Amino acid sequence: MAEVRMRNLVKTYPGGSVRATDEVTLDVADGEFMVLLGPSGCGKTTLLRMVAGLEMPDDGQVVIGSRDVTYLPPRDRNLSMVFQSYAVFPHKRVRANIAFGLRMRRVDRAKAKRKVDWAAELLQLTPYLDRYPSQLSGGQRQRVAVARAIVMDADVLLMDEPLSNLDALLRLSFRAELKRLVGEIGTTTIYVTHDQVEALSLGDRVAVMREGRIVQCDNPISVYDVPASEFVGGFLGNPPMNFLTGTLAGTNGQVQVDLGSQESLPAPARLAEFRGKPVRVGVRAEAIGVSREPRDDAARCVVEVFEPLGASVLITATLAGQVIKVQAPASFRAEPGEELWLVLSQDSLRWYDPDSGVALIAA
Amino acid sequence: MASRAGPRRQLPVPYLLLLPSVVMMTLLFGWPLLSGILQAFQGPDGGFTLANWERMIGEPRFWEAVRNTLLLTAVVIPIQFLFAMTMAMLLQAKPKFAGFYFYLWAVPLAVSDLAAGLVWLSIFNDVGYLNSVLVNLGLVEHGVQWQLYSEPSRLFFIVLVAEVWRATSLVLIIVVAGMQVIPKDYDEAAQVLGATFWQRLWYVTLPLLRPSLQVALILRTILALEAFAVAQALTGRNFPLLVGETYEWAVQLQNPAVASAVALVVLGLSMVVAIVYLRALRQPSAVESR
Amino acid sequence: MSTVATPPAAAPTPEFTELPPVDRAPLRRLRRRRVLLQVACVLVTLFMGVPLYLITLAAFSSRETLNKFPKSLWPTELSTDTLKAFLSSTGVLPAFLNSIVIGLGSLVLALLIGAPAGYAIARFLFRGREPYQLFLLLTRALPIVVLSVPLSQLFLRAGVYDTVLAVVLVHAGLSLPTTILITASVFVAVPRDVEEAAQLFGCTRFEAFRRVVVPMALPGIAAAAIFTFVLSWNEVLAAAVLTLNNRTLPAQVLVSLSDSPIAYRFAGGFALVVPALLFILLMRRYLLNMWGSTLR
Repeated sequence: MAEVRMRNLVKTYPGGSVRATDEVTLDVADGEFMVLLGPSGCGKTTLLRMVAGLEMPDDGQVVIGSRDVTYLPPRDRNLSMVFQSYAVFPHKRVRANIAFGLRMRRVDRAKAKRKVDWAAELLQLTPYLDRYPSQLSGGQRQRVAVARAIVMDADVLLMDEPLSNLDALLRLSFRAELKRLVGEIGTTTIYVTHDQVEALSLGDRVAVMREGRIVQCDNPISVYDVPASEFVGGFLGNPPMNFLTGTLAGTNGQVQVDLGSQESLPAPARLAEFRGKPVRVGVRAEAIGVSREPRDDAARCVVEVFEPLGASVLITATLAGQVIKVQAPASFRAEPGEELWLVLSQDSLRWYDPDSGVALIAA
Repeated sequence: MASRAGPRRQLPVPYLLLLPSVVMMTLLFGWPLLSGILQAFQGPDGGFTLANWERMIGEPRFWEAVRNTLLLTAVVIPIQFLFAMTMAMLLQAKPKFAGFYFYLWAVPLAVSDLAAGLVWLSIFNDVGYLNSVLVNLGLVEHGVQWQLYSEPSRLFFIVLVAEVWRATSLVLIIVVAGMQVIPKDYDEAAQVLGATFWQRLWYVTLPLLRPSLQVALILRTILALEAFAVAQALTGRNFPLLVGETYEWAVQLQNPAVASAVALVVLGLSMVVAIVYLRALRQPSAVESR
Repeated sequence: MSTVATPPAAAPTPEFTELPPVDRAPLRRLRRRRVLLQVACVLVTLFMGVPLYLITLAAFSSRETLNKFPKSLWPTELSTDTLKAFLSSTGVLPAFLNSIVIGLGSLVLALLIGAPAGYAIARFLFRGREPYQLFLLLTRALPIVVLSVPLSQLFLRAGVYDTVLAVVLVHAGLSLPTTILITASVFVAVPRDVEEAAQLFGCTRFEAFRRVVVPMALPGIAAAAIFTFVLSWNEVLAAAVLTLNNRTLPAQVLVSLSDSPIAYRFAGGFALVVPALLFILLMRRYLLNMWGSTLR
């Protein structure tokens, strides 16, 4: 087990004009579960592959434990990896697959067998040890891939979107299993995904990446609740964070944001210096209170679309001419065209610079 | 992908589309094959006879041809496969100019075996380029007589080199095509799991290439058994090969019956080869990848 | 820069334990291996390429140069005498023309017969589909030598012995299994939806095929065509057995091998090799597809 330290990693693919990773620096603590989250092309897989040794960085450094491994081939780094496609060898039985790494490193036969049995037990593969991968379902093959990785006692466990080829239900159940499993074994883990639910559920910390850079790295709750930029707020959460455009105004000690149509919301005093300037306000759909009766502290909106989602209802409405999505309890009903009053309390609001998208205030 | 051509269609369209090809292949393959088999057992009066076979077996040249053909095939195939695998692995490592290398290494594919023989003739000739180089380097006085008919091992060597040069491209193409279908995840997974280059080759790449190699082996071996024009160009009549003998009997000696007999020997060997390979390289059906 | 303008920081402050220096030794090893890789590639290229260079040199050397020993490997004294003599030798020019005509004829015939069959395999599930494909694979493995002699007799009786037609038939037949398999995989690659859309918009099945499928399948069909031409151009045995006066170029060269002067043979070799360079240049994009597809 070891910590992983990445410094200023730069990688441009041959033939590419833009950097896949742009001087990325990140530390993963010993035993930590770090999730790299972002849309496709953001560089998260490239970063993972540089840690694995499957890509060589153009510049920068990768340190595992106390060793510099920047240019070492994968086999010398003492890692294990689970691939998105599982890469379970079709010509070998499950047992031989799981034992593959041990066999390559010439581990003693008896010891290898014990480890394989242990891993198979952990992943409920014991009845399938003598089968070929083509005789297993996708979910089972995925377990073989995970078993093959954990049996290695590696310093670092790398996972490249291991759940994305599973169907939705399997993904849900296996996600929980994976969390429990990795927690039990406790290896330092770096996990790549584009699914923000996975990221929030599994990670000790989530590093959100965009266009080759890390835009925020923090524990899941902070990343969700206090996004460092509009991008992060929009990427996490379902539905994404709402963003309203307004102008900061106010007199004396009071600061508020004018949304237009005579609607305004209270703003923190710290933003006083930005009075007169435009600002973007972020608020999560579930943080908005809904009332049918007009209230002083609420803003008026008109319902456009009403979607019953089972566990809750999602209302798309227009507030001061801007679209806003509101989550309400399952029992709530509304019709398109109805007027509603939305309560947006100040501590649920987040403030962003309209040009750069960057947060104006930290948590 | 494809639709069921059921009885509700008025015209059996697929069968109509196939018909010309079936007719052509029956006429061009089926009919001559039967005719050839029959002819080998036919006497000049049209009756059944084994005289042709006796004639064939009685000729010492025939046995020389059998020996040469089998020996050549047995040596050429392993050399070609090793060579082609090496070339494919070199290309797989993506060196600079890989595209150019691939193009040039594939050129012999389109060279006829006769032309290949003539190309190496210019090299192995008594006054050819190889001897020129050897003499210029002072290694020999007057050049080695590569084509000396009294030295069958030398004849074997020059035919071998020409064949390797010419026919390795085919194996190369098949191997490279086979490799491209293998997802590179497998090799990467093996790398992370600690396998060295040779371990990856032996435990991952080669087993996954097995279907391609099987096809390549069968096709290439059968073609090797038919080696003909290369030897004609390089050695004239001094290095008998089975197909060369067929040609002799048919054209020079005007005896199509014996020619057919020799041809059937080639056919028989080809079938044995195919069966042996299919058996030896059979994979358990459970392994067939999804 | 990977940090945002204001806190929270993009990454927690790195601990101030010293990082080990970057280990460049593996990088050096990697670079050395790349060099060795290039060297190996060059060596192989020399083995494959030098003979081609040499036959070209031989074909462009005069008779005197060819008789000299030891020969020079450099193109110092070039002359077109040998080639001119070769081209004016009896039978060569007609044989050359024959080869072209036969090549084109075989190409056309193989496509006319093979492409429909390929289309049938690609688009229809019919009884006998699997056996038919097996049959095709088997015929590919059949040695031509077994067929040549009986075929020559068949053609004799039919009165087409020693004609261009006979050789065209045989060459087209030889290339038929591969042509069918290639065109089948080409048509499979053309999405069915596009064809069906065309039919929905009013085309008959044949019109849909002509207007929609053919343009998309053209590159692959071209590859099959070139394959047939190359096969026909290079084919020696059947051509030699089946013809007497209307020889193809390889047959002509083969037959005159024993009687011809060495210069003739070199020129002949060169004439047969040059098209190969052109063919592979044209086909190189499809080479892998062809073999990948025929593997199935």
